[in-house]
Amino acid sequence: MNVIQPKLAPGKPPAATLGLIDVDIHPRANGIADFKPWLSQRWWDYAETYGIRARHGFTGGQPPFPKAQPLASRRDAWPPNGGTPASDLNFLREQHLDSYGIDIGVLNPLQPSGQGDRNNGFSAAMAHAVNEWQLEVWLRREPRLRGSIVVPYEDGAASAAEIRKRAGDPNFCQVLMMSRTGEPAGNPRYWPIYEAAEEVGLPVAYHAFGYSGWAMTNGGWPSFYIEEVSEHATSCQNQVTSLVVEGVFERFPKLKVILIECGFAWLPSLGWRLDKHWKHLKAEVPHLKRAPSEYIREHIWVSTQPMEEPERGQHLTDIMGWIGWDRILFASDYPHWDFDDPRQAIPGFLPAERRRDIYGSNARALYGF
Amino acid sequence: MLNGLRAIDCDVHPMVPGMRALAPYLDEFWRDQVVERGITQLDSQSWPIRAPKTIREDWRGPDGRGAESVAQLQAQALDRFGAETAILNCLYGVQLVMNEDMAVAFARALNDWIRAEWLDRDPRLRASIVLPLHSIERSVEEIERLAGDGRFVQVLALAMGETPLGRRQFWPVYEACVRHGLAFGIHAGSAYRHPQTSVGWTSWYLEEYAANQQGFQSQLASLITEGVLTKFPELKVVLLESGVTWLPAFLWRLQKTWKGVRFEIPWVDRPPAELVRDQVRLTVQPLDAPDDPGVVQRVLDHLRSDEMLLWASDWPHWQFDGDAAVPPGIPESLLPKLIRENPLATYQRLREGAAR
Repeated sequence: MNVIQPKLAPGKPPAATLGLIDVDIHPRANGIADFKPWLSQRWWDYAETYGIRARHGFTGGQPPFPKAQPLASRRDAWPPNGGTPASDLNFLREQHLDSYGIDIGVLNPLQPSGQGDRNNGFSAAMAHAVNEWQLEVWLRREPRLRGSIVVPYEDGAASAAEIRKRAGDPNFCQVLMMSRTGEPAGNPRYWPIYEAAEEVGLPVAYHAFGYSGWAMTNGGWPSFYIEEVSEHATSCQNQVTSLVVEGVFERFPKLKVILIECGFAWLPSLGWRLDKHWKHLKAEVPHLKRAPSEYIREHIWVSTQPMEEPERGQHLTDIMGWIGWDRILFASDYPHWDFDDPRQAIPGFLPAERRRDIYGSNARALYGF
Repeated sequence: MLNGLRAIDCDVHPMVPGMRALAPYLDEFWRDQVVERGITQLDSQSWPIRAPKTIREDWRGPDGRGAESVAQLQAQALDRFGAETAILNCLYGVQLVMNEDMAVAFARALNDWIRAEWLDRDPRLRASIVLPLHSIERSVEEIERLAGDGRFVQVLALAMGETPLGRRQFWPVYEACVRHGLAFGIHAGSAYRHPQTSVGWTSWYLEEYAANQQGFQSQLASLITEGVLTKFPELKVVLLESGVTWLPAFLWRLQKTWKGVRFEIPWVDRPPAELVRDQVRLTVQPLDAPDDPGVVQRVLDHLRSDEMLLWASDWPHWQFDGDAAVPPGIPESLLPKLIRENPLATYQRLREGAAR
């Protein structure tokens, strides 16, 4: 059963004294037809005939692990105009931006965006269309919103071209990839993306999701949605490992990476593990000049939602301290079912100035807002 | 160094010199197949013989190999660290074989080799039954074949197999474990049915070794969510060479998600962290923590249990230098539990042996 909790009075969290920045809002098209104005006739015909073809068996956006809610969304996020959740700017303003006093919100468009599609050409056409749609439908109409450059990430060259096309446009604040790529993220096939991002001065965000085409665990396919959610963390751990061990941060020393909706409590342990075993296997990876955890500390940011919930508050404080208090960004995940209310998400036992930084200062410093 | 604590070493690895060593334990058909088809060795990419991790440098013989005899185990680990008992977990690549009949034959030969060439040669030794999980029926047969020998205290699966271990098809194996008082051991390593990551094949061995940890998370998620731990509350699951520090963050995430979507798995009627504290154990080589005792203390606190960790040397894998077989930072006060009491509580057959 779904219970819609009574709403608190509108307003910003009191600790957000330096502003409230939400780095994870999901604008949603009502369907691929919303992108038609920016697709060529050839790709529109293709889209109508075959649609999105992710690396799994279902068509029409049906996920292999059905979500906990329709479109994974809050029951109260369906706008009165009958569209899908977060498809209507006015309702998003009212329910989210105005309600919580959000100063800046970062848009991360998910499906149907064509990212990770089996057809690279279609993915590239869709990425262009989704970016134009962000500009037209959201960014030029609402100054509080910033967009993500959606890229057809399985095609490094096409992705780099899309990034360079948007260079210098202040409407876009990051490059967006999904966390489940077809090969580990450090693989040279993705380097053109990092090269272009570094060149135009934007961070690369991995948002938890996508279909790699490989089994969702390294020991085969799981059964349940709860496992799929759990495995987003393992996939992101593999991505961080790959980025570090392949030497991406040596090659692109100014690259900044943001992990969105991937959780973060696992990051210190991953760094310790890589450090320990790197000491024994250094000779294999002479391209690494420093301990793996140093690259992580310098190049990686994390977002809060869904924040791991230790049974004791002190344990969360330990983890955040080990990651670095300047590396943690507030995210709501609006309009999804596991949305975090800004006023309740960041626990009050964390020091007030840390909460202030998580709510706003860290994102401001990272994105240069 | 552990003298007086009557130490139990929960993870040591005898290494098979080659298929010729298993020949005496194969039947005539398979002995012939091995020769006629030129199957000389089944060393796994999970443990490349020359990789620094696989065999500690000072534990290698002149040919670069190691861990091939009881004499080496005695000199390098058992006598050296003063262990009263050690559990053999053989990682020879029999689970990697694609042909089910071949895998069953090789696993049987491997288990018989362990019994004759290791268990019979030192009364301190115990072992895991290596399972050919290609077939559940024949894995159960292998357990039944060997369960009468009390020196087998555990069965052994790899962290990365073909199908997640919680899946219902595996449950007869858990029934057999409970029936015979055997722990279910999962050790780092892959059967190479899938890439080492859910995002594809890794380039470097360092990445591959690191990815074992994600395999353990996935297996534990599967065992919890499919209902194995709730269905078999007497079952003990031992995670071998998994690292340790990953566990709290994994549980915090899974337990939070469970609160949101427990309708999907209503048979999980207790918080996952409680199930894990009751039934899951981990060996401490490697610990995957920094050397700073303050940090180690915090991490141990995050586990919220002093009963989950089991000491292991991980011989001959290189996890530490010299005699520093207990990871730095572990407090003195934890040693009696870590080194003896927890292993005894975990392994029913060790308790029975200890009582004899």
